[in-house]
Amino acid sequence: MARKIRVLIAKPGLDGHDRGAKVIARALRDAGMEVIYTGIRQTPEQIANAAIQEDVDVVGLSSLSGAHNNLFPKVVQILRDKKAEDILVFGGGIIPVDDIPGLKKAGIREIFQPGASTEDIIKYIHRNVQLE
Amino acid sequence: MGIAQRILEGDIRAASRLMRDIDDRMPSALEPLKELYPKTGRAYIIGITGPPGSGKSTIVDKMVDIFRKEGKTVGIVAVDPTSPFTGGAILGDRIRMQRHATDEGVFIRSLATRGCLGGLTRSTQDIINVMDAMGKDIILVETVGVGQDEVEIVNTAHTSIVILVPGLGDDIQAIKAGIIEIGDLFVINKCDREGADKMERDLRMVLEMGRKREDGWEPPIFKTEAILGKGIFELVYGIYRHKQALEQNQALEKKLRERTKTTFLEILETEVMAHFIEKMEKEGQWDKIIEDLMNRRIDPYSVAEKVMAEELKKH
Repeated sequence: MARKIRVLIAKPGLDGHDRGAKVIARALRDAGMEVIYTGIRQTPEQIANAAIQEDVDVVGLSSLSGAHNNLFPKVVQILRDKKAEDILVFGGGIIPVDDIPGLKKAGIREIFQPGASTEDIIKYIHRNVQLE
Repeated sequence: MGIAQRILEGDIRAASRLMRDIDDRMPSALEPLKELYPKTGRAYIIGITGPPGSGKSTIVDKMVDIFRKEGKTVGIVAVDPTSPFTGGAILGDRIRMQRHATDEGVFIRSLATRGCLGGLTRSTQDIINVMDAMGKDIILVETVGVGQDEVEIVNTAHTSIVILVPGLGDDIQAIKAGIIEIGDLFVINKCDREGADKMERDLRMVLEMGRKREDGWEPPIFKTEAILGKGIFELVYGIYRHKQALEQNQALEKKLRERTKTTFLEILETEVMAHFIEKMEKEGQWDKIIEDLMNRRIDPYSVAEKVMAEELKKH
């Protein structure tokens, strides 16, 4: 049996708009991945722990509230603290272009802005996740 | 340090990676499983099954509160379905349990059925073993949302709980065989809904009409409103009563003996099959046998006897 890509889609912070996250989860499922969806209002600790317990390859973070500069880097930091820096973290949602360099510097490997297609995200994951 | 050793010393990443390897059926998972086996058999395993949307995840979440207050550590295996078309899955059981995600005494793992039909996954037993070796006192196994015939959980859990909700059909539904036969405990969740009392009466009648269980246990019925936590305490103590009853009349011992036998035979079967398939492929007989069977030149019973006889001659 071949390896299956496992992805965690999570919404850190307080906004309750999860349509986007659900669309992504659905698209990744249809691309044959196992997607763990943890729902809205997650703390960075909850997200990082779930990523580790579920042994995912990728974490996708979605935020529409403007708290991304604070919350996204925290998820990466906690993963590092727990020696899980190999888990790829990407983000999406309402994120101003000016914030992107800072987020990338903090270890969020890619940011998908409104208008990005689900195809782009699937391709990105396939390109960046190597399963033994 | 080996993977098994790291798991025994509390390395969460090593444990979750091994679970992944088990689920992906990597041959490399075998060695650590061998090493961990002697450290298993300590956890108490509780199965939770019922139709989709009946509240399995919420009940699991609320039971965890009680187990944790009692100082017990908990492992959770939560199964959701794999799409038969794409092979992908959305695993959403964690949504109801995420508040336990930062509790070091709780480990949650979501699994996709990957084509397995009994309500669990092929990997479930081995993953339970890993959690058992991690030292979890209680392991809760939540099946995929089931219909009538997905009863695999009964071969896995010590105590099986069947969750029902009012409004699923008349009492004939409950008389049918299948999941109604496997419950050690029954729960009518969402019991604020219309029809809960009637459902309880119907279910009680069906259970009383049914054959007496060998172990003498009479499955109790609990009414819960899981989202508010109502009835969960009673349910947990129902589990403890069942555990006690199992231990008192040696039913547990019998159950575990039966289960150990089944598991061993399954593993042996897989090994034996792999051996014969490899042999037939290597000797180039495989395609020919299938071809001859297709054309009815030979029959499968004779071929099986012949293959076996040749194998025995070698020794």
